[in-house]
Amino acid sequence: MSEFANPPASGDGDSGFGPSVRRIVASLTDSDWRRLGGCMFAAVLVALMTGTSGNAQHLTAGVTGSLFRPRIVFFLLIGLALWAVMTAWTRYRDDIRDGLAPARKVQAEVTGNRWVQYGGFVAVLLLAILIPPQLSVFWQQVLVSQIGVFVLLTIGLNVVVGFAGLLDLGYIAFYAIGAYTAAYFTGYPDNKRGHISPLPVHPPFHVNPFFVFPLAVIACLIAGLLLGAPTLRLRGDYLAIVTLGFGEIVRIVINNSESVTNGPRGAFGIPHFSIDVWKLKYHWTLDLMPYWYLLVAIIAIVFVLFRQLENSRVGRAWTAIREDEVAAAATGIPTLKYKLMAFAIGASTSGLAGVIFASEVGFVAPDNFVLINSLLVLVYVIFGGMGSLPGAVAGASFLIWLPNKLRDLVAPQDRFIYFGALLVVMMIFRPQGVFPSRRRAREIGLAEAGSGGADAMAAPGGAL
Amino acid sequence: MTAPPVEEIDAVSGVDDPVVQVSHLTLRFGGVTSLSDVSLAVARGEILAVIGPNGAGKTSLFNCLTGVYVGEKGTISFLPRPGEQVPLAGRKPHRITQLGLARTFQNIRLFNALTAIENVKIGVESRQRTGPIGAMLRLPRTRREDRASDARASELLEFVGLRAQANRLAAALSYGEQRRLEIARALATQPALLLLDEPAAGTNPAEKADLERLIRRINTEMGLSVLLIEHDMRLVMSVAARVAVLNFGKLIAAGTPAEVQRNPAVIEAYLGAADPEEGESDAAPG
Ligand SMILES: Nc1ncnc2c1ncn2[C@@H]1O[C@H](COP(=O)(O)OP(=O)(O)OP(=O)(O)O)[C@@H](O)[C@H]1O
Ligand SMILES: [Mg+2]
Repeated sequence: MSEFANPPASGDGDSGFGPSVRRIVASLTDSDWRRLGGCMFAAVLVALMTGTSGNAQHLTAGVTGSLFRPRIVFFLLIGLALWAVMTAWTRYRDDIRDGLAPARKVQAEVTGNRWVQYGGFVAVLLLAILIPPQLSVFWQQVLVSQIGVFVLLTIGLNVVVGFAGLLDLGYIAFYAIGAYTAAYFTGYPDNKRGHISPLPVHPPFHVNPFFVFPLAVIACLIAGLLLGAPTLRLRGDYLAIVTLGFGEIVRIVINNSESVTNGPRGAFGIPHFSIDVWKLKYHWTLDLMPYWYLLVAIIAIVFVLFRQLENSRVGRAWTAIREDEVAAAATGIPTLKYKLMAFAIGASTSGLAGVIFASEVGFVAPDNFVLINSLLVLVYVIFGGMGSLPGAVAGASFLIWLPNKLRDLVAPQDRFIYFGALLVVMMIFRPQGVFPSRRRAREIGLAEAGSGGADAMAAPGGAL
Repeated sequence: MTAPPVEEIDAVSGVDDPVVQVSHLTLRFGGVTSLSDVSLAVARGEILAVIGPNGAGKTSLFNCLTGVYVGEKGTISFLPRPGEQVPLAGRKPHRITQLGLARTFQNIRLFNALTAIENVKIGVESRQRTGPIGAMLRLPRTRREDRASDARASELLEFVGLRAQANRLAAALSYGEQRRLEIARALATQPALLLLDEPAAGTNPAEKADLERLIRRINTEMGLSVLLIEHDMRLVMSVAARVAVLNFGKLIAAGTPAEVQRNPAVIEAYLGAADPEEGESDAAPG
C-alpha cells in the first residue's frame, strides 16, 4: 500500500484545488489508507444489511437491490465522511484536547459543584413528573414497563459492577426472584371464596403487592448471599461465568417446575398495588401514570441512598477493592464481606424492580428473564458510565428509548444493527461512558497513561 | 571465608518482651525454598531491620506475617500486649491488619484513582463501624465517624509531610511522596507493629533523609515497633537497633549493626551475590 502514500507527481492535478488534494493525499499514512478500506467495506456491508433481501425467485436481489447506484453512493459517502472525521481526529487529537482543556476544567468545576448536582437532580425529577402525562399511550407504556423498571435494574447492577467491580452476568435472576415472590405472596392460602392465585402453590398468608416489597427484598438478599458466598472468592472472568450459569439455572428451573411456577405459561393475575392503611387508601389500576410516579419515587429514593453510599466508608472500601484487592485487604478491609454486601444490595434493588413489573403487567413468564436481558442491563451500566448513578439513569433511558424510536424509522430486524453500531462507536470514542463517575474516569485515564490500576476486574499481580 | 557457626542462628535470644515472634518458619514454592526454618522476634518498641541479597526471602517473610502466604511449617505469634499471644498463621490479611500489623509494599500499591486523603481515610475507616444502612441514611454516627476519619487522615498526612498534597491523586504524587503516603495509610489502621518493605527504594538523598527522620518519629512519637526491609545500608545502620540477615531463605546472622557488618557469613553472602543492578547501596556492608 505504500506506493499510494507517495502518489506520482503526474496525478490529475488539473483542477483548482489539485495541489492541496495532492498534499493531503501525500500526507496519508499506511494506517489511514487501511482505515479508508475498512470504512468503505463497512459502508458496503451496512448497505447490504439494511437493503432488501433476496428470495427463491431472485437469488441475487439482496445484492442488486441493495447496491444500486444512488443508494450505494450514499452509503459510500457516509463511509468517506466517517473516515475523514476519524483521520482528522487521530491527527489532531492532541491539539483538540489541549484546546478544550480550559473548557473541560470549567465543566469539571461546574459539574462537580454540589448545588449544580442538586439542581440537576431536581430538574430531572420535575421533568419526569411533568412530561409523561403529555405523551402518547405507547410512550407511557415504554416508560413504565421498560424504562422505569430497567433504570431501577441498572442502578442496582451499577452497585455490583460499577462500585465493587464485580462482573455479574446473571443479574436478571434476582429480578425473576422478585417478580415470582410477588406472584407467590399475592396468592391466597386457599382457593375458597373464589380466590384465584397467580401460581399453583399457595402462600401461608395473603399479602398486597405493595407490601411484598420487603419480602422480595429479603428473598433477593438471601439469594444474593447464597450465590455470592461461594462464588465471590472467584475473580473476574470466573465470577462472570458462574453468575451467567446462575441466571440461566434460575430461568430454567422456573420454566421446568410446572407444578410450582406454571412453567412456560407463567404466573398471571397478579393484582395491582393498593394501599389501605388506616386513612390512607389508594388503588393502582390499569392507568399507567400512577405506576410511573411510583417508579419515579422509588428510583429517586434509591438514587439518593446509593449516592450517600458511594461517598461513605463503604463506597471507598469498594473503590479500594476494585483498585487493588491485596492492598485493600492489607488496609484492613474484609474484601469478601464487602463484595457480598455489594452483591446483596444489587440483588435487592433488582427484586424491587421485579415486584413493580409483576404488579403492573400482572403477568410474568420465564421469557422475561432471558440472558439477553442481563446483558442489556450491563450494557446500560457501561454505556452510562460505570459507577455513575446519573450515568445509569441516562444510559438505560437512552438505550431503551432508541430502539423504540427506531421502530418507526427502520425495518424492525435492523434496529439492533444501529444499537450495536452506537455501542461500538461509543466504546471507541468514549470508553468511560456518557456520564462517567469521577473515580472511574480517573482509572481509565491512568490506564491510558500506562500507570495501570484501571482493569478493575483483573487479578492483582502474583508476586508482591 | 569461614563457614557459618554450627549452632542454630536465630534473632530471638535477648528479646524479653517481643511484639511478634516467628519460630521455625518454612515457606516453599515448588522447588524454591523462600524461607527455611527462620526464627525471629521483634522486641516491643524496637526498630529491627531485615537485610539480605535479592531473592533472600525478605518480602516472603512479610507476606507470611501479614497472611498473604501461609507457611508450610512454623508458628507466628503476635503479642498486642505483654503476655497476650495471638497466633497469626492461617488468618486472613484483613484480620491481621485489624489485630495490629500494618505494612507497605515493595512495589507501591496505592489506590491510584483516589486522592491522597481518601487513601488514608480508607485506613482510618478500617476501625470504624458504619454499615451500609447507616451509610445510605447518613445516620448521626456515620457523620460523626466521617468527620473523625477526615480529621485523623489530615493529621496523618501532616505527620508524613503530605498535608499540602491531600487532594491530589495518589498517582500524581512523586515516588517519594507515594512511599510516604503508603506509610500514612498503614499508620491509619492503628498498628502496633509497622512493616516497611524497602521504603527508601527509588527515592533521592533528600527524601532518604526525610524518611530516616520519619521512621524514627514513628518509633518514638507514636511508640510503634518497626520491622524494616532495606537495601540502603546507611539508612539501616542509622535507624535500626538490631539487624537480621537472610540469605537463600535462611537466617545467617543477627545482632547489632556493627556486629552484623563484621560477620564473615554476611560478607560472604553479599560478595557471593554481587548484583550489578543494585549499585553501591547494596554492596557488602562495612
Ligand atoms: N509467589 C511466588 N511464587 C513463586 N516463587 C516466589 C513467590 N514469591 C517469592 N518467591 C520466591 O521466593 C524467593 C524469595 O523472594 P522474596 O521476594 O521474598 O525475596 P526478597 O528478599 O524480598 O528479594 P528482593 O530484595 O528482590 O525484594 C525468590 O526466589 C522468589 O522467586
Ligand atoms: Mg522483596
